[in-house]
Amino acid sequence: MSETVLETRGIVRDYHISGGLFGQGRTIHAVKDVSLKVEKGKTLAIVGESGCGKSTLARIITMIDAPTAGELFIDGEKVDITASRLSAEMRRKVQIVFQNPYGSLNPRQKIGDVLMDPLVINSDVPAAERRDRAMSMLTKVGLQPEHFNRYPHMFSGGQRQRIAIARALMLNPRLLVLDEPVSALDLSVQAQVLNLLADLQDEFGLTYVFISHDLSVVRYIADDVMVMYFGEAVEYGTRDAVFSDPQHEYTRTLFAATPRADVESIRKRLERRAA
Amino acid sequence: MTDASATQAKMQDPSRSARLAEFWYYFSENRGAVIGLVFFILLVILALAAPLIAPHAANAQYRDAILVPPYWQEGGRAAYLLGTDAVGRDMLSRLLFGARYSLFIGVVVTLLALTSGILIGTVAGYFRGWADTAITRVMDIILAFPSLLLALVLVAVLGPGLTNAMIAIALVQQPHYVRLTRAAVMAEKNRDYVTAARVAGAGNLRLMFRTILPNCTAPLIVQAALSFSTAILDAAALGFLGMGAQPPTPEWGTMLAEAREFILRAWWVVTFPGLAILITVLAINLMGDGLRDALDPKLKRS
Amino acid sequence: MALLEIKNLTVTFDTAAGPLRAVDGISLSVDAGEVLAIVGESGSGKSVSMLAVMGLLPWTATVKADRMAFEGRDILNLSPAERRRIVGKDIAMIFQEPIASLNPCFTVGFQIEEALKQHMGLDRKARRKRAIELFAAVGIPDPEDRLGHYPHQMSGGQCQRVMIAIAIACNPKLLIADEPTTALDVTIQKQILDLLMQLQAEQGMGMIMITHNMGVVAETADRVIVQYKGRKMEEAGVLSLFETPEHPYTRALLSALPENATGDRLPTVSDFAFEDAPYKGDRA
Repeated sequence: MSETVLETRGIVRDYHISGGLFGQGRTIHAVKDVSLKVEKGKTLAIVGESGCGKSTLARIITMIDAPTAGELFIDGEKVDITASRLSAEMRRKVQIVFQNPYGSLNPRQKIGDVLMDPLVINSDVPAAERRDRAMSMLTKVGLQPEHFNRYPHMFSGGQRQRIAIARALMLNPRLLVLDEPVSALDLSVQAQVLNLLADLQDEFGLTYVFISHDLSVVRYIADDVMVMYFGEAVEYGTRDAVFSDPQHEYTRTLFAATPRADVESIRKRLERRAA
Repeated sequence: MTDASATQAKMQDPSRSARLAEFWYYFSENRGAVIGLVFFILLVILALAAPLIAPHAANAQYRDAILVPPYWQEGGRAAYLLGTDAVGRDMLSRLLFGARYSLFIGVVVTLLALTSGILIGTVAGYFRGWADTAITRVMDIILAFPSLLLALVLVAVLGPGLTNAMIAIALVQQPHYVRLTRAAVMAEKNRDYVTAARVAGAGNLRLMFRTILPNCTAPLIVQAALSFSTAILDAAALGFLGMGAQPPTPEWGTMLAEAREFILRAWWVVTFPGLAILITVLAINLMGDGLRDALDPKLKRS
Repeated sequence: MALLEIKNLTVTFDTAAGPLRAVDGISLSVDAGEVLAIVGESGSGKSVSMLAVMGLLPWTATVKADRMAFEGRDILNLSPAERRRIVGKDIAMIFQEPIASLNPCFTVGFQIEEALKQHMGLDRKARRKRAIELFAAVGIPDPEDRLGHYPHQMSGGQCQRVMIAIAIACNPKLLIADEPTTALDVTIQKQILDLLMQLQAEQGMGMIMITHNMGVVAETADRVIVQYKGRKMEEAGVLSLFETPEHPYTRALLSALPENATGDRLPTVSDFAFEDAPYKGDRA
């Protein structure tokens, strides 16, 4: 019997842009009626191009912003951040990793403090244990104990992303929202971080919402795939279904546009070019 | 260029001393700043050691030595190196003790303006909305007054004296800090690390002062250094107008005011306090420029 | 004769932490009508070597080379004035951030006409006519109207089209594209790459495509140079590079592609020992 960690029903998010003194205000529909469901230990990938509303959706799922309409359930429990302050327990359950590893760590905070902060805020774990937990998390994401007292600017992009993942995991979340976690990384580092995410998912039974624009990464990591286009979920299904038999026109365009790096397509292209 | 900057980030050395070394590298590129720093340190030492090195007490009046010129001039005496004023007080000693007042004024005014400015600015930049609008409007109004005139009015209301003068100057300077802090907080507030801290459950106070504020310090330090000299200058001006430190305090501006009527007869009674103000303010300004070079990332080269 | 020929190029930056060698002994040549891709991760010095060719490096950089020649003419020791006659006319460059590479204060029409005025000496009417032609050529709809737009009124893809129009305005012989599609969405990337390849074929330009994306390499290049930490690892024809990569670093890069994944985990670069592997190169 599988348990549902995340469910949304008809999430809508509108932004109202005021038209200034004389102009008419406009309403932008960033997310239109998105419903989804993710089970424990699975990965849902949300694919789309810039401005399609995938990051807005991520912020709603992470309970940073409230949806304009629709319902959000975490572990079957309904969440409404506008009605009441989030409990620490609820806060703990969903954590996020951002795209830009250079902006997501406080430049004035040592790595150790970055990792211990969530514990300081949310729990009354004694200092010694906090330190132990942070240390073990540091080694778990592939860093060294001596990194504990260093500042973020001393790390490369890939290492920072590991730190950001470690921070997200400090509170033992149920759901991890990954907002383009490897887009800013080099290819080789991307592979390492993807491996790390897979290892952590196995070890902790984590559930991922993986937001990306890169179809090859999505095909590699996802169980289910949702394709968003102008705020709408135009395609939603298992990975194999979506990749082998895309239903929506936009999904097909997206697949066709992705550059192919296999020998066969290169040979075809060179033949075309020679002709 | 992304390549080069990325490799450079990796090149940066791990320890705190290396960051200090980098700071010094950029600071020392500016020769004027180093000279300013040397002068400023010298001034601090002189001010601290004033009771030890001053040849006379600041307010001791020598009736036999009224308006004695500096010792290298005809009629000068070795006992009064820089001469004496109209009531026979030693200029050098008064200048040395005056340095203590000037530094004290600079420190107190800057601290006062800095803390209140940071507090108000952080609130405005963090919460935005009506609080922000109200605060920025009030600050705009304060900035619309000529600063010395406003300080003068405030002192006139509060009553003349050094303490009131310092409060008035701090009040006049504090809008600059408010604006700087507000702008910096607004820029930092939308960074991912702040959102990450919020997701970790940090409250408003923690976000404002523990997460955001430490990242806004660089422009504030530069502003503090530059306004330190403005504070000294304004205090001297208020003293000169009779609204600041009251005689017989050996404050440089007050000394100038007392010497006004002797400008034509005894050049040294006005020149030396004037020079002291000029050199101090110049040194601090040069130092502030160097700080800006070293701390402002926009000005950093390569 | 090669269009652009570089032998043993070294670029060193003066930094607070001491000298930093960003490019270390790179040699390359591009022929007319050929597309050369330079591929590498960040810090591999792939952009720096091309900025050195353009003379766009900051003053902290020291450029040394045994030979740097464009159409047989030495361009290493040119005076700034002579360099300006070549750069922008015969060698053009487009950058990663299309919106940031256009001046926000002027209309795109003004900016393209400025390039035409500088290098082609056309009069006002001819410039306008040519600008409209160019906008049409890079697929900007309604070109006459768009000339009066400011960069912020256009999307990233449109801005990159404008940049390409400016770059090809003076019929350059060599076009250097520095990560031209990295900031763009995949569907837009496809359009821009198609446009670049079409223009390249039509005008017979030499082209250097700087990228970190193996897919872009596969879709565009004739020949590929793989760079790592400022040094050349491998140079080969695009097909042989993908079919039989010889250098361990190249093999590592290719196997780190998620689409080539076999099994649960991706092999990572650290699984391959390549730091000391010798340079492999110059296969067709």
